[in-house]
Amino acid sequence: MITAEQKPLQEIIGYIAPYDKILLVGCNECVTVCAAGGRKEVGLLASALHLNSLKQGKTIDIKEFTLERQCDPEYVEEIVSYIGDVDAIVSMACGCGVQTIASRYNVPVFPAVNTKFMGASISQGVWAERCQGCGDCMLGITGGICPVARCSKSLLNGPCGGTSAGQCEISADVDCAWRLIWERLVELGIQDRYEELNAAKDWRPAGGGGPRKIIREDLA
Amino acid sequence: MKTESRLEKVLAAGHIAVTSEVGPPRGCGVEIVKEKANMIKDHVDGINVTDNQTAMVRMSSIAGGAIIKQMGLDPIIQMVSRDRNRLAMQADIIGAYSLGINTMLCLSGDHPKFGDHPTAKPVYDIDSVNMINMVKNMRDEGKFQGGADIKNPPKMFVGAAANPFADPFELRVMRLAKKVAAGVDFIQTQCIFNLDKFEEWMQGVVDRGLHEKVAILAGITPMKSLGMARYMKNKVPGMDVPDEVIKRLEGVSKEQQPEEGIKMAIEQMERLKECKGVAGFHIMAIEWEERVHELVEGAGLYPRPQV
Repeated sequence: MITAEQKPLQEIIGYIAPYDKILLVGCNECVTVCAAGGRKEVGLLASALHLNSLKQGKTIDIKEFTLERQCDPEYVEEIVSYIGDVDAIVSMACGCGVQTIASRYNVPVFPAVNTKFMGASISQGVWAERCQGCGDCMLGITGGICPVARCSKSLLNGPCGGTSAGQCEISADVDCAWRLIWERLVELGIQDRYEELNAAKDWRPAGGGGPRKIIREDLA
Repeated sequence: MKTESRLEKVLAAGHIAVTSEVGPPRGCGVEIVKEKANMIKDHVDGINVTDNQTAMVRMSSIAGGAIIKQMGLDPIIQMVSRDRNRLAMQADIIGAYSLGINTMLCLSGDHPKFGDHPTAKPVYDIDSVNMINMVKNMRDEGKFQGGADIKNPPKMFVGAAANPFADPFELRVMRLAKKVAAGVDFIQTQCIFNLDKFEEWMQGVVDRGLHEKVAILAGITPMKSLGMARYMKNKVPGMDVPDEVIKRLEGVSKEQQPEEGIKMAIEQMERLKECKGVAGFHIMAIEWEERVHELVEGAGLYPRPQV
């Protein structure tokens, strides 16, 4: 899923300083799961913003709404009735949600979260990057561990010389992806595959070819 | 001969090769490059010029290499995949060759996190294995990585690094085999302090006959002090400094530590000269270029062959 973290409160306060009527919009999808921008976080942020405005001796009107899926125009339509009555929108969705709202409504939209990465939950409250959306998945030849996303240098042909005690040179907290791949290949008894050369990657499907789009003729 | 590289000629003639390196200055100090090169020139067959080592901005390896070439010497330029995509690499390889540089080393490069520009975007468009393959194909096929023909292609003698000490140890021979398959001509290894482990790796290399396909230069770094040894043991990624090395330096006075470090390095070279598959030495005397000649002489590798 797409992970996100709430921005520093002061940054959000700075964005909305000129406005009095705010619509705060959450999303029920990824940002709910990673506890960054779901219904609960919308409520908490609204309280924090209210508190701040009271301290400033101001009154601020904040409407709260959490959409089923903020990256989908169909759901974004649900806030249409609020639009005439607010002078700014604060979105707690990922960057896709923020942009979907911005493209629909002629009202300033501000992000309340920083969109981070495509990750998986590795334990309660911990998410780690697992995919960079390179558009040409090579997990089938790397034992189900992605060197593009998980090697700090996205090396395609094995570990660099900086691995220490099985960890990446950038931090002892980061597993060496190629150590993991190697262990996995050994576990599966297919370690000979390690010696197959992986050619230089075509980065076009990874975004090097410009902004990406999927068109499904059967659905469009 | 594939190239005009002096290193290639020395190796082809069956000599034990010796290379060393110059770290370019963090500014436009042309004289610094010349001074460092002059300290080692009579004792080596090629002079590596590092490429933004430890992710710190320095004079470019190609500019440093060109200065060394103008002195009538033999630069080996290092190139890291951290700072350039494949377009920039190939442009620079053509440029370097046009300036008379015929030997290079293909490296991944330390992560920007370590340097003084940690906010930089790391490039890593292609890895060192694919860089080797690209430079080889530029030379042997006269082709750009993108497939087009090169008019007047650069003819580089292609080197790479190997670290027998990084984890997982058991795939380090296979990692070398991949570089050999990609077309590497010579290897300069990580600094060797754990000789037993190096010899174990080398045995694996010899067992697969890889030493017949690639010339392996053993990496030698003399310890300047106990402090340096401790730093390398604890702080430098992928470095294997056994406790014996630390103990030996602890056993002599602070003033004697540099001499002990030189002595240890010469002993290592003497031992590794006998190790099957070692085709030469790459001496990385970090900010200690003035002592390189002592190692070469001490190990009985001076004078250098005229080829």
